[in-house]
Amino acid sequence: MTNRRDFIRISAYGAGALAMSGGFFQAVKAFSSPEKAVALSVDLTRTATYCEVCFWKCAGWVYKNEEGKIWKIVGNDEDQHCNGRFCPRGTGGIGNYYDEDRLKTPLIRVEDRGKQVFREASWDEAFNYIASRMNTIKEKYGAESIALFTHGSGSSYYTTLMKAFGSGNIAEPSYAQCRGPRDDAFLWTFGEEVYSPEITDIRDTRCLVLIGSHIGENMHNGQIQEMSDAIDKGATIITVDPRYSTAAGKSKYWLPIKPSTDIALLLSWIHELIYNEYYDIKYVEKYCLGFEKLKEHVKDYTPEWAYGITTLAPDLIRKTAREMADAAPAVIVHPGRHVTWYGDDTQRTRAIAILNALLGSWGRRGGFYRPAKATVPGYPAPEFTEPARLWGDLFPGLYGVATGVVSNALIDASIPENNPAYPVKGWIVNGTNLINSIPNQPNTLKAIQNLDLLVAIDTMPVEITGWADVVLPECTYLERYDALRASPHRKPALALRMPATEPLYNSKPGYWIARELAGKLGLDSYFPFTKQEELLDWQLKQIGSSLDEMKKTGVKTFEREADDLYFAPEENVVFPTDSGKIELYSAAFEGLGFDPLPRYVPHEEPPEGFYRLIYGRAPMHTFGRTANNPNLTDLMDENTVWINPKVAKIWGLVNDQYIWLQNQDGVISEFPIRVRITERIRWDAVYMVHGFGHAQKQMQRCYGRGASDTQLMTKVLVDPLMGGTGMRGNFVTFVIENTEKEASS
Amino acid sequence: MRYAMAVDTRKCVGCSDCVVACQTENNVPIGYCRDWVVEVMDGTYPQLEIEIRSERCNHCENAPCVRCCPTGASHFAAGGIVLVKPVECIGCGACIASCPYDARYPHPKGYVDKCTFCFHRIKNGLKPACAAVCPTKCIYFGDLDDPNSEVSAVLKMRKSKTLIPEAGTMPQLYFLI
Repeated sequence: MTNRRDFIRISAYGAGALAMSGGFFQAVKAFSSPEKAVALSVDLTRTATYCEVCFWKCAGWVYKNEEGKIWKIVGNDEDQHCNGRFCPRGTGGIGNYYDEDRLKTPLIRVEDRGKQVFREASWDEAFNYIASRMNTIKEKYGAESIALFTHGSGSSYYTTLMKAFGSGNIAEPSYAQCRGPRDDAFLWTFGEEVYSPEITDIRDTRCLVLIGSHIGENMHNGQIQEMSDAIDKGATIITVDPRYSTAAGKSKYWLPIKPSTDIALLLSWIHELIYNEYYDIKYVEKYCLGFEKLKEHVKDYTPEWAYGITTLAPDLIRKTAREMADAAPAVIVHPGRHVTWYGDDTQRTRAIAILNALLGSWGRRGGFYRPAKATVPGYPAPEFTEPARLWGDLFPGLYGVATGVVSNALIDASIPENNPAYPVKGWIVNGTNLINSIPNQPNTLKAIQNLDLLVAIDTMPVEITGWADVVLPECTYLERYDALRASPHRKPALALRMPATEPLYNSKPGYWIARELAGKLGLDSYFPFTKQEELLDWQLKQIGSSLDEMKKTGVKTFEREADDLYFAPEENVVFPTDSGKIELYSAAFEGLGFDPLPRYVPHEEPPEGFYRLIYGRAPMHTFGRTANNPNLTDLMDENTVWINPKVAKIWGLVNDQYIWLQNQDGVISEFPIRVRITERIRWDAVYMVHGFGHAQKQMQRCYGRGASDTQLMTKVLVDPLMGGTGMRGNFVTFVIENTEKEASS
Repeated sequence: MRYAMAVDTRKCVGCSDCVVACQTENNVPIGYCRDWVVEVMDGTYPQLEIEIRSERCNHCENAPCVRCCPTGASHFAAGGIVLVKPVECIGCGACIASCPYDARYPHPKGYVDKCTFCFHRIKNGLKPACAAVCPTKCIYFGDLDDPNSEVSAVLKMRKSKTLIPEAGTMPQLYFLI
């Protein structure tokens, strides 16, 4: 009987069945009715967490199976960030825990930087090594010659450590490589940034305008949920993108703009609103400053003018301007998130801010709401001493508008030829893979070779850990406590992250790492609690809650102090700008030597045979954080290059063929990338998803899969206002036969 | 009772959350899936249209997989849900060949596996994992015999279609268009 069954199985599935392990009967036994097992597991204890796979930080519950192993993660119904629904990355977050390629123990480099020869070390030895180098740098150059690059939940502990040590050079690449220009543009216009999660009131909007924002491919959970609600309610979506994005597929109007010309479109929309008197006259009179100057400025920027630049039909520009005005004030011209594109990004997002002001959407239902934030007190600790020098002193006069620390300025200051006012000699890099997150890799690598100390703290052996002197393995977010999440939202709220299980291997939580290192540096007093849960409990008790309560609820939501989610009619709003008004015309920019109103300046165009490299996101990945995640790699394990069929025909390309990309500076992608021929991309550009083409062999699932867009970004269009690194000024051509490298298939 | 599911193609963004939620909920081994996402694009730049669908077993009323199963492992459960009893399945693969939707796969442990509409969850009043997790709320589930169920309501309000209706399988997975 067994033989007969085996025969049937093999004949049905061919050779594949031979590879199955174990006998059939064994297998059935192991299966033992999943329904029963699952039903039992539902009753097992769940632990609270908030997600660390992206910055949205959705709160959820971690469930374990009957063996006590992490089984699944689901959203917390009470959480405003996710409303009980995690995105694919959050759902697949368990793969970050189970990834067998994780960093397992501290490592100390034994050969030249970048050769990736390490020896295993104890935590104590690693901390002694780091503390000794930090002290040497401090004595020789000053404490501020050590910089922290950081992303994610560990940031707060390492920031405390750095400030206690005496350095204020703490940079988040999420500023100058991502959202910085938009935050500054809105700050300098409305006196307030758009926060994270963004304060866009999408659920109640009647018109959502996306400028290159690809909601649905970027999986910013709350935004997607609300966009879906808006679709249900019949809102109009207008998408401006050279690519037919998923959002474009949901849009009433798709504006297939010529890349790099967005400011021309925005100026012509402003022209249309003003010269047709579509704008909110009362709102502008009451709240805005500089309207007449703006009106004069956009006088000639007609849709016909913009047509010649953007290739968008004047009629389409007129119709969409009208559509926005009809929906106003329940309209959102979305500020975007990753906006470092062309080096004029602060001005482009300023134009977006101005459009919103003209439509009267700021502070209005269906536009932008007023956020509210919960706060918990910090435990009394010694004051930090003011650092002798800050990042702004490195290159005096640069980036006058910047309100964040510019990571690339710290990198540039690590290269002696750039003549910084003082050198940056040590980097502590936490949770950000600088090799792939900062464009112009040769520059980053040159900076690294000039360092006296490079410490990388991560959960995975990413590219930057390969260049480090010391590698510290953090445990994943599922194995640790972290600071309470207190992001602004419609209602103030707190969320708890607690460990679902003990850390695997010899990995440790960020709080412990920072505290132990502080101990070696004689800075213990800044970390008064041995265990983070004691601090959390103390903090929660100050506001009438407790750690025990939070463990039960995961999330605690408070009522707003006042009913002020939107401006009241006729409310006398004082905006936190210099003038107290919404500054359409920026006298501050003018004073700093920048255009007080956005101007369109043409950008370089791709040479013959080259195509503009555009990049974006896939819903199942968060860049390097998920690149090797077994669950998410199963959904997408490589990126493809999107090529218009007309272009493919010229080059004789076929679908699924592997080719290399070469940029304008002769850089050829290290790995080949699969061709996807699609009408969804313009003929003058190609598109790929960021975060692939990893060159780190220790990440076995993602090594060499697809191409790295960062590698092809050797030309960086730096925003003179705030130092953002514009990354869309690179052009690529196709290398079909690569004599140096063999194509994989 | 007649369980059915409707997927709103206007809201689905194809993020595959339904896939990974199903995989973790049902311990589907990595490399296999019970549900998946299909994108159908039509037109020439810039006149384009796209339909995105989250697909899975259609739990057909006239299910060829049940008819062709030599051991009775494939069967109808309460509410018309098509299930496989692993202990009775000999892994012959006839059902895989008969399914017009390619909804079944050979589990590495030797039996054929497929979507159960999360039978273990719906028994307890929960939604299937894919419907519970979907960030766009584009998956509606419920009893077609109950006029007040969300799936009945949405199918009444919106135009819908099924896939390959000409196969005569009477599928119970609807797509709102």
